[in-house]
Amino acid sequence: MGWLTPTMQDLLLQAFWETLVMVGASAAIAVACGLPLALLLQVTGPGGLRPMPWLQRPLGLLVNALRSTPFIILMVAIVPFTRLVAGTSIGTGAAIVPLALAATAFLARLFENALREVDAGVVEAARAMGASRWQIVTKVLVPEALPGLIAAVTVALVSLVGFSAMAGAIGGGGLGDLGIRFGYQRFMPEVMASVVLILIILVQGLQSLGDWLVRRLSHR
Amino acid sequence: MLLLPGHNAGAMRDVTDPPAIRLAGLRKRFVAGGAVALDDVSLELRTGEIFGIVGRSGAGKSTLIRTVNLLERPNAGSITVMGQDLLALDEGGLRAARRGIGMVFQHFNLHHRRTVAENIAFPLEVAGMPAAARRARVAELLPLVGLDAKRDAFPAQLSGGQKQRVGIARALASAPAVLLCDEATSALDPETTAEILALIRRLRDQLELTVLLITHEMGVVKAICDRVAVMEAGRIIEQGRVFEVFTRPAHPTTRRFVAEVIGHGVPPGTLARLPEPGLGQQRRLAQVLFLGPHSTRPVISEASRDFGIDINIVSGRVDEIAGEPFGVMALAVYGPAAAIDAAFGWMRVLGLLIEEDVAWAG
Ligand SMILES: Nc1ncnc2c1ncn2[C@@H]1O[C@H](COP(=O)(O)OP(=O)(O)OP(=O)(O)O)[C@@H](O)[C@H]1O
Ligand SMILES: [Mg+2]
Repeated sequence: MGWLTPTMQDLLLQAFWETLVMVGASAAIAVACGLPLALLLQVTGPGGLRPMPWLQRPLGLLVNALRSTPFIILMVAIVPFTRLVAGTSIGTGAAIVPLALAATAFLARLFENALREVDAGVVEAARAMGASRWQIVTKVLVPEALPGLIAAVTVALVSLVGFSAMAGAIGGGGLGDLGIRFGYQRFMPEVMASVVLILIILVQGLQSLGDWLVRRLSHR
Repeated sequence: MLLLPGHNAGAMRDVTDPPAIRLAGLRKRFVAGGAVALDDVSLELRTGEIFGIVGRSGAGKSTLIRTVNLLERPNAGSITVMGQDLLALDEGGLRAARRGIGMVFQHFNLHHRRTVAENIAFPLEVAGMPAAARRARVAELLPLVGLDAKRDAFPAQLSGGQKQRVGIARALASAPAVLLCDEATSALDPETTAEILALIRRLRDQLELTVLLITHEMGVVKAICDRVAVMEAGRIIEQGRVFEVFTRPAHPTTRRFVAEVIGHGVPPGTLARLPEPGLGQQRRLAQVLFLGPHSTRPVISEASRDFGIDINIVSGRVDEIAGEPFGVMALAVYGPAAAIDAAFGWMRVLGLLIEEDVAWAG
């Protein structure tokens, strides 16, 4: 990035780090919350291991509501919640809250789809062999769906990189924010180009890593 | 229930033993007011026998076999496996009981991301067996199904027959007394089918397994079953020793199934080309079944000579069911009515089974 001034280079590095923190932290939270949520949706759904429509329907509605709210609106709408959790409503830390929330809902659906792809025959065989529900979840559903789950995480990470660009609206910083403030508002095309280039490399890298893992794990 | 003495299955126990599987008065309807999947089904399997169930698609075969380990709960009836009343068990008890009932599936249902050895170890893992003991048990099972060389392969790297061998080894891992096979060979080619059937029979002999096997192919029944039941619309319409059912089918549906294997019936074109009877003569069509030693006696030429009739053999062959020989022929018989009646009477006295006209539609 020799075409940038040293100050600009520092800013870029700083922004890159902020993006990584926002994406990494919210993805980690989203996986940790999204997987149990997806398992709950799947297991309590029709044809699941323990159908519970009274739980599954409201949960599904909640997930859909979160998914259909545009991120920029979600971010502003949950400011009181963000303040409660992060202690502040601005900054990189605060941006993680809405990002994690949106990604959790997004991932829960993707995970649920991956779990639904698991061969029902394998689940039935496990039942016939005397496996408990918990054993079926931990020894069949999750391991069999693992390639699909990883593909879902890859998609979520890439989307999170995009969402994180909007975090500038609440002072979250990151590459997207830098691109807008310097590249667009102060008309510094070289900054914009650098930001876009880094984002492209980041997304490509994530996607390739995800694809490679899926291939390694699937044994199809 | 038919209890016939003198069955030829070596491993089968005395008929007075308590049944290995006892199903009584099973009823199942999936949707209230919908079609009945099981309609008052009762069945008893003796220890060590291979019992086949045949029926058309939708007859309720899978539903029936799935009630035996309660993958499907019946609306009424009772299920006793190795003396244990399954419907009386709580969830933990049922899981334990299921470990004593192996099951093999049409589409193998193997874990794609586990190796052969890991697939076979799954039921042991579920039962809480320590890793070292699991490895030892898997090492015993692999040679039993001829898969030593494939222990670390993944299912995607196996042929259909090999996958089913894994399925069988897995089903036998926790040393069950009972093996359930739902269309275990329906996804395999004829040669592989024969291999897998031979394996099941050998394992039955070696391990004294009781096998309940479902199929829509009479060939499978003929190859390995000791007894068979025929299902239609959720009911068992006929059951008995395989040889009896094949040679003396009572129900029209059974006749149609049996025809697949016995292979009687004559194409209409052939029928049309048969010569017309002469004046004062009859032409009668009959299917003749030769059982046991008669298949070697020249009955046809004797009948023709002694009764003064002409016999046109339209089709015929000799075969074995469960090790018992039989021959089947389609005949067009020409002569005076009285002579034909006398000839048929004489043949029946010899123990031949003669059916007039019925089989020709087949
Ligand atoms: N889960 C289910 N829900 C509703 N109806 C079902 C279900 N399973 C089976 N049935 C119905 O029960 C009847 C018996 O089905 P079953 O699968 O036992 O037949 P089958 O003899 O095994 O047929 P096939 O040879 O095609 O496997 C059919 O009419 C089928 O549509
Ligand atoms: Mg079936």
